[in-house]
Amino acid sequence: MTAPIVQASALARFYTVKGGLLSKPATVKALSGVDFDLQPGKTLAIVGESGCGKSTLARVVTMIEEPTSGSLTIDGVDITPSKWAQMRETVQIVFQDPYGSLNPRQRIGQILQEPLIINRPDMSAADREARAREMIDLVGLRPEHYDRYPHMFSGGQRQRIAIARALMLNPKVLVLDEPVSALDVSIQSQILNLLVELQERLNLAYLFISHDLSVVKHFADDVIVMYLGRAVEKAPKEMLFAAPRHPYSKALLSTTPRADPEAKKDRIKLEGELPSPMNIPKGCAFAQRCWLATEECRTAPPDLSGDTHQVACLHPLD
Amino acid sequence: MSLLDIRNLTVEFATASGKFRAVDGVDLSVDKGELMAIVGESGSGKSVSMLALMGLLPWTATITADQLSFEGIDLTKISARDRRKIIGKDIAMIFQEPMSSLNPCFTVGFQIKEALRIHLGLNRKERHERAIELFDQVGIPAPESRLNTFPHQMSGGMNQRVMIAMAIACKPKLLIADEPTTALDVTIQAQILDLLLRLRDEQGMGLVLITHDMGVVAETAERVQVQYAGQKVEEQPVKDLFRTPRHPYTVALLNALPERATSKLLPTIPGVVPGQFDRPKGCLFSPRCQYADDLCRSLPPTPHSAEFGKARCHYVEKIIAGELA
Repeated sequence: MTAPIVQASALARFYTVKGGLLSKPATVKALSGVDFDLQPGKTLAIVGESGCGKSTLARVVTMIEEPTSGSLTIDGVDITPSKWAQMRETVQIVFQDPYGSLNPRQRIGQILQEPLIINRPDMSAADREARAREMIDLVGLRPEHYDRYPHMFSGGQRQRIAIARALMLNPKVLVLDEPVSALDVSIQSQILNLLVELQERLNLAYLFISHDLSVVKHFADDVIVMYLGRAVEKAPKEMLFAAPRHPYSKALLSTTPRADPEAKKDRIKLEGELPSPMNIPKGCAFAQRCWLATEECRTAPPDLSGDTHQVACLHPLD
Repeated sequence: MSLLDIRNLTVEFATASGKFRAVDGVDLSVDKGELMAIVGESGSGKSVSMLALMGLLPWTATITADQLSFEGIDLTKISARDRRKIIGKDIAMIFQEPMSSLNPCFTVGFQIKEALRIHLGLNRKERHERAIELFDQVGIPAPESRLNTFPHQMSGGMNQRVMIAMAIACKPKLLIADEPTTALDVTIQAQILDLLLRLRDEQGMGLVLITHDMGVVAETAERVQVQYAGQKVEEQPVKDLFRTPRHPYTVALLNALPERATSKLLPTIPGVVPGQFDRPKGCLFSPRCQYADDLCRSLPPTPHSAEFGKARCHYVEKIIAGELA
């Protein structure tokens, strides 16, 4: 087994929100203690509903935000804010919305050259252009697109541009924050295929953040299911989808609509919604929506346990 | 007689660069208590055709139809005043983004009571009681106190429930749900879909579900019509559509779903949906279709019989027979 390219342990990120005139400031525990290893050439998917901390995790791993506690090691280097500028070349991100993440006033060529202008100040203009043109070809765009503006492209093509931009500095890790959820099905498959090809060719590690389980099932190698800032289940994809062990994962899988009208429908209906991250219950965060919860669940949060198939639950399913 | 009957609906927008045809000859009929789904990618005209029915399009839109009738009343022939008595009362619509469709300046209670006052003429006390009853019906906890909250104080799922409560406030006979769950998480999505199905069963209303999510269609709809670039390309009962899709576009769309994938690389549909300037002359799908030939590129196909899923394709019989590969 090769050394992991990203190692995170007990990674946490809290935000302080100001209270009103009379109330005390509150703490939002967006991410409270997540561990994972990411191997080169592999895809780790983070799934969960909105508010579970998956985007916060992406921001911490891409060094946009500093973790409140816990440690993050990327490519063997222990990450502290002083190393950010140097290490950001290794980790790049592709955002969800291809309409909002490209500057409408820049041509595609400029957009692609920008990372080089900032990080490779010695590179000549001719080299930069050559590199940008090479990248345009790599992500399946045509050479004439080099001089166009973002508004002239469709959603799928814009996402290709965003991927190309992320690859300009030869990163080893790509954080994909819902890269296909804004796209139509026919375009989604084109982008997923592009990502698969790029991974094989460049041996990239992907941290794939998504709420769409059918995409994750197709695309990922390992999956972490998150709920309110904590990992509740961590397993290789095959094991998780064959037999989820945490009640939340099971409910999530059962409520994901399948494109087969003749499939058996045994949806587990979850009552209520995610509790506010400002006021996380004392015990297991899922206890108030869980049909297996006992008194014990409400006292202390369970930790992840198990070997390859890890689950944080006192009453795991078999 | 069906509840809603649309024949040959066409919507054209006047843009600075000429006319743009967003909906092109769409037929749609929905019976009482039926759940009809319209699927299609963005730009397929599925929302626009329903907005045309509701009369919610801007003045730049030109709507023409051979028939646009609801319960036998032709909506194109009646005055705007009469139309407003039907729209919002007998035909209601749930919009895609609850956060931007509710008015942020008013409490949700005010907004739901507005419909009750205008359409049903209830007095203050009756309105309040009915609003609480509706909130309770759509599963909003503590309905009485929720009436006084503003949209920004609630989550997306709760706001979507408010939208549904508003839409069903006057017990509509036809409910149009435009991507009602797209902005929501799957566990909430399941709750909302169950709610819609339950309301359909309780009140016997017809339901038109507009979506791009094949999973949602498979799990809820009875009849499905597939739209592409403003045209209806196929219509079948849901089981038949997923078992034996007829139109090459539907086949390709289903194959592109990650859950149907057999290898790491997914089958794709090359190219994109045609826009205003690259609209092909013949079949609209021909530039992306693997079977397309000169006939497809020059002559627009007409819909087949129901046996072939009303597919708008020249070669649907040959493709089924396996003569084209």
